[in-house]
Amino acid sequence: MPITRGFTGRPRRGRPDRLPPGQYDAGADWPVLTAEVTPQLVPEEWTITVDGLVERPRTWSWAEVHELPGSTYSGDIHCVTTWSKLDVTFGGVGVETLLELAGPLPEAGYVMAHSTTGYTTNLPLDDVRGGRAWLAWEYDGRPLPPEHGGPVRLLVPHLYFWKSAKWVTRLELMAADRPGFWERGGYHDRGDPWLEQRYQGDP
Amino acid sequence: MSAPEPLLDTTTAVGAWTTGTIVEIERTARLVRLRLVVADPVDHLPGQHYAVRLRAEDDYTATRAYSIASDPGDALLELMVECLPGGEVSGYFHDEARVGDMVELRGPIGGWFTWNGDVTAVCLGGGSGVVPFVAMLRHARRLGVTDRLRVVAVARTLDALPYAAELDEAGAFIALTRENLDGRVAAPPYVEELQPLVDGVERGYVCGSVGFASYATRILGEAGLPAAAIRVEQFGATA
Repeated sequence: MPITRGFTGRPRRGRPDRLPPGQYDAGADWPVLTAEVTPQLVPEEWTITVDGLVERPRTWSWAEVHELPGSTYSGDIHCVTTWSKLDVTFGGVGVETLLELAGPLPEAGYVMAHSTTGYTTNLPLDDVRGGRAWLAWEYDGRPLPPEHGGPVRLLVPHLYFWKSAKWVTRLELMAADRPGFWERGGYHDRGDPWLEQRYQGDP
Repeated sequence: MSAPEPLLDTTTAVGAWTTGTIVEIERTARLVRLRLVVADPVDHLPGQHYAVRLRAEDDYTATRAYSIASDPGDALLELMVECLPGGEVSGYFHDEARVGDMVELRGPIGGWFTWNGDVTAVCLGGGSGVVPFVAMLRHARRLGVTDRLRVVAVARTLDALPYAAELDEAGAFIALTRENLDGRVAAPPYVEELQPLVDGVERGYVCGSVGFASYATRILGEAGLPAAAIRVEQFGATA
């Protein structure tokens, strides 16, 4: 690919090794990118359902999900629009906890996350297992704000952040992959920031 | 809580990375208008954007997304870049880029925030958020369906509004919040001003900062447009 004449870019020194290729450190900023009107949800009316290819389809209320063993994530998040945010802390429950209660069937290979707004995003099931995905309702020890997906968002920090569906309300386990909202618009089905899987056709 | 409308969408093709060569560049205090020849162009819809990637000699890259201002009938790709303080990419375009320079391009991207002329729509853009609506207005003019599109452009001052003259000429309603304009006292648009523009339209588009998008979706709601009919593109940081 061509060099852009005269472009030098930010100083490379001090660029943390933990930034995936093509990402920059957004520092204290947390950009907001959504495709739909931010919903104002009442936590007590919100529910999360795990269904599709599971032995025991199940819905948890706000109160019930808080009775499950809590789990936190401390680390980095990476948005496909090239910002990364380092050392953030989210609190909630591990997706694995819900999946163990619902019992994924052997043929389940993918999951579609659905939001109250109709937003969807697809992920390989393995990417939300093994303690790598959360339902998060706290950010930095405080309730997750609506513009960042509150009361509850999916958190899959090892993938680009559009996979971490805001206002998540349903995890649907599927046998075959099927594109979600941005994925139909040309974004990648997996979205690993270390492989720069931004768009369909990337490695 | 009622069931939401699904975010229906059509699958769109994103091209591979290609090269863009700058053939026109026009600068004002905080804006840079670029026109580029795309080596391997892919048809786009008004409202879509491109990823622009700059590559330094040591292979360091920086990538940003910019809305497309040109309409699908334009042989060139037009982008409007707003200069941000310390902006790594916008600063390059403002201070350094010149005709003949090459950048990497990927697009068009996005299949949701698009208008192909088939529905009546009201568009609210804040500052550089008007850029996708310029593409829509140009498209409407080319198709002869300007009656289907109503654009509201909001900015602090006329100087800060990209495409101010073109928007005015196309009949957009311009609301300035920090200076008076032709007898309209500086203020964000009022519900009463939006009501006649919202009447009878099937869809709303909102583009701008997070604060603007929040304000614009609320006031469109007050003017009678249901949230499910509004498509939003927002950018920028929150504290």
